[in-house]
Amino acid sequence: MDIFLQQIINGLVIGSIYALIALGYTMVYGIMQLINFAHGEIVMFGAMVTITCINVLVGNHISLPGPLMLVAGLVMAIPVSMLLGFAIERIAYRPLRRAPRLAPLITAIGVSIVLQQVASLIWGRSYRPFPNILPQTVHNFFGAAITDLQVAIIILAIVLMGALFFMIERTRLGRAMRATAQNPEVAGLMGVNINSIISMTFVTGSALGAVAGVMVAANYDQAHPYMGFLIGLKAFTAAVLGGIGNLQGAVLGGITLGIIESLGSGYLGDLTGGFLGSNYKDIFAFLVLILVLVFRPSGLLGERVAERA
Amino acid sequence: MHFAFLKTPRQRQIALFIFAAVLLVLPWGLGATFSSANSWIRVIDFALLYIMLALGLNIVVGFAGLLDLGYIAFYAVGAYMYAIFNSPQLQAVMPTWLQHPPFLIMIVICGLAACVFGILLGTPTLKLRGDYLAIVTLGFGEIIRIFMNNLDRPINITNGPQGIDNVAPVHFFNYTFAKPIDFLGLRFEPVYLYYYLILAFCCLIIFVTSRLQYSRIGRAWVAIREDEIAANAMGINTRNVKLLAFAMGASFGGVSGALFASFQGFVSPESFVLMESIMVLCMVVLGGMGNIAGVILGAILVSVVPEILRDVINPLQQGLFGRKIIDPENLRMLLFGLAMIIIMLVRPEGLWPSRRRRAELHPSATISEQENAGLQDAERTHG
Amino acid sequence: MAEVLLSIEGIHKRFGGLHALNDVGLTINKGEIYGLIGPNGAGKTTLFNVLTGLYQPDEGRFSFNGRNLFRQKPYVVVESGIARTFQNIRLFANMTARENVMVGQHVRTHAGVFGAVFRGPRTRKEEAAIHARADELLRYVGIERHADEVARNLSYGDQRRLEIARALGTNPKLLALDEPAAGMNPKETAALKTLMEKIRADGVTILLIEHDVKLMMGLCDRIAVLDYGKKIAEGNPEAVKNDPRVIEAYLGVAPE
Repeated sequence: MDIFLQQIINGLVIGSIYALIALGYTMVYGIMQLINFAHGEIVMFGAMVTITCINVLVGNHISLPGPLMLVAGLVMAIPVSMLLGFAIERIAYRPLRRAPRLAPLITAIGVSIVLQQVASLIWGRSYRPFPNILPQTVHNFFGAAITDLQVAIIILAIVLMGALFFMIERTRLGRAMRATAQNPEVAGLMGVNINSIISMTFVTGSALGAVAGVMVAANYDQAHPYMGFLIGLKAFTAAVLGGIGNLQGAVLGGITLGIIESLGSGYLGDLTGGFLGSNYKDIFAFLVLILVLVFRPSGLLGERVAERA
Repeated sequence: MHFAFLKTPRQRQIALFIFAAVLLVLPWGLGATFSSANSWIRVIDFALLYIMLALGLNIVVGFAGLLDLGYIAFYAVGAYMYAIFNSPQLQAVMPTWLQHPPFLIMIVICGLAACVFGILLGTPTLKLRGDYLAIVTLGFGEIIRIFMNNLDRPINITNGPQGIDNVAPVHFFNYTFAKPIDFLGLRFEPVYLYYYLILAFCCLIIFVTSRLQYSRIGRAWVAIREDEIAANAMGINTRNVKLLAFAMGASFGGVSGALFASFQGFVSPESFVLMESIMVLCMVVLGGMGNIAGVILGAILVSVVPEILRDVINPLQQGLFGRKIIDPENLRMLLFGLAMIIIMLVRPEGLWPSRRRRAELHPSATISEQENAGLQDAERTHG
Repeated sequence: MAEVLLSIEGIHKRFGGLHALNDVGLTINKGEIYGLIGPNGAGKTTLFNVLTGLYQPDEGRFSFNGRNLFRQKPYVVVESGIARTFQNIRLFANMTARENVMVGQHVRTHAGVFGAVFRGPRTRKEEAAIHARADELLRYVGIERHADEVARNLSYGDQRRLEIARALGTNPKLLALDEPAAGMNPKETAALKTLMEKIRADGVTILLIEHDVKLMMGLCDRIAVLDYGKKIAEGNPEAVKNDPRVIEAYLGVAPE
């Protein structure tokens, strides 16, 4: 029982990180029908910048409480990622809005490669450990262990998602975003400045991505310039699982994927009599994805993309 | 790209003839020019393999319009298939008559195996739309790779992350590609032999693809890409025709995989990562989706340019700044990524697009005429 | 008397809560031009999609030329001899006009991968025949001079004609046209009418959806009227025109 609960907790933690990143993918997809391949790199930059900031603080013997240093790092990392998201859209996607569907996908891959290389030039190719600044208190939760960090990740993720939903559903900006997602041309005719809405979408998604990046780094105690690829892939899978373009879907998909992965790596060995070990957990994630899509071709919650004739 | 001098069939024939002659003597030319010729011929051998892969993917993405992000899986299936039958890996358990089958039979088996995997993947998933199909194929590619990475337990089939070593080189009748062959007074090094072998298969695939392009099947593929509902309404069995594209593309991948395994002498999961799938896709799109010549150009550029950069970057840095400023490996990939972005921004239709795509992106005068006519129509109807 | 080509009975089609077709039945005789009218949203296009296999009806009976086509795939329907055009033109936009018509003949030809690769005498003959037939059909609808142009570059009226040529490429017994005159000026409409009469004279039965009542009255042998997914009237144009239910549901709503 406690192992089961433990896996659920671990799954929820990693799942809420996936969800935050998946939101970035799904928002962009909802508005532009574009897989923003470079989103994983934005997440990575968030993590790397934060680690660097904290290291600078520690190096200069500025001793603040751990969480405060983390916040200081985030204050630096979020604008960097937002700027990156903004720049990527302006440089690599906006000129291609009327191009064949695959052209922006290729520039996205190009941007992703460039960002990886730039990061690797700045920070080197090796793993960067996450500075040891956070309290490592472990709580007992019905027989399972849960750390302060894990609690913080889950709470922060919930707060951010709540804020995002509030913005999308209740504010002028959010209404304009929804209108643009439904039909950019009509939204444009109605006086919505589509370009700035698309920019805002990228910026918002990137900010969430930066926070998620820090969460990944803190959760796994490390970050490196090539981490964006796999985490981005997982998050995109989560977005598709939930129904791409659908915000609630991204959250559901992220958490589902996190829990499935976690349970998979915990029980796969037992379930298959040792034939498949935890090294197959990624297979599990993809198999679930394929099965879900075969039976529900537009994801768990269905997509919210208006079909265009 | 316009080749004004290739207007008449006669001129085309001559150009083709010259091109063929160049290809035939290419390794010798390189051998005479470079001291490190063999490594360059190796690069070209790989470029030829990539051309085959890119042409296979072009059937799926370029012709039928199905975005496949896990294409490398079929390459992997072909390569592992070849390696398992032609290496000591399973010698202990495999009956002797199954080991080291004749090369051509092996190629067919690898192609068929990949084809079966293509059908297995395609049957449940081809009804998915665009990007969903992309992510499912991506997942499939990863599944195959993870299996290859882990099928060393409980029974050691793939030898896990170490991969399968000692894959026997091609043996043809009484010849083996393990050591140089003397023929007509010329000494053919193994890289040369593989060059001609892979070139032959490459030509075969180019031939098959170009025949398919202008055929009933090829038209059906393009029709599905253009408008699936209309294709359906015209009586095309879209599911089967898509599946056919998938199977054809997969078998090309399988054949290239077999050649890769025999040429490299060793296969490991590292050669079949997602980035490889993406690179092959880049070749197709950068070169010019749907256009065979464009796809070949894309494959050559994407596979050869990074190798040239590898050789050029260090001397260049030394010359410009007197020392190594930037890690060459990083700089190489950085330039590569930038080139991808710039090419797409400047030529979104690819470097050498098909006639159709060009028309789509660079509307000729006829479209503006038509738009005017459309306006007049509207005025007439409403006025 | 007339030989029945197509008959449907008790067709129902629901989309979630919407009952788009409610117990619709009709018969189309060989050689006639059969019109289908009704206010917007009456279910005309839904019925069209059911008749051409794009939608699967929930219940009912559907036979064509002695063959049961209930819940059959589109390619079976086309193969049995029903071809269609679309309300908002759906050509293969980046293929040439000729290639569009060549795709139309897909269902009547057989070459597979091996044929394509080896291009034996049979394939070559078939390919030549497809080519010749495509040119013939382009001439038939009057756009042969645009054969090598990409479909998207054709004018609106020519695109409509190309769609008809492509549908004729399938060698249909029944040609189903979904608002072919939409957006056309009177001159183009008149030319279209001539074309449809020519097609009928050449032995192809026509099923026609159209808003242009004048055109329908002058062209159709019989007309069915749909309203809210139900057939409310059927008969010759004169009778339909004077049917009080039709006047209430259709002409009353949108007087000419």
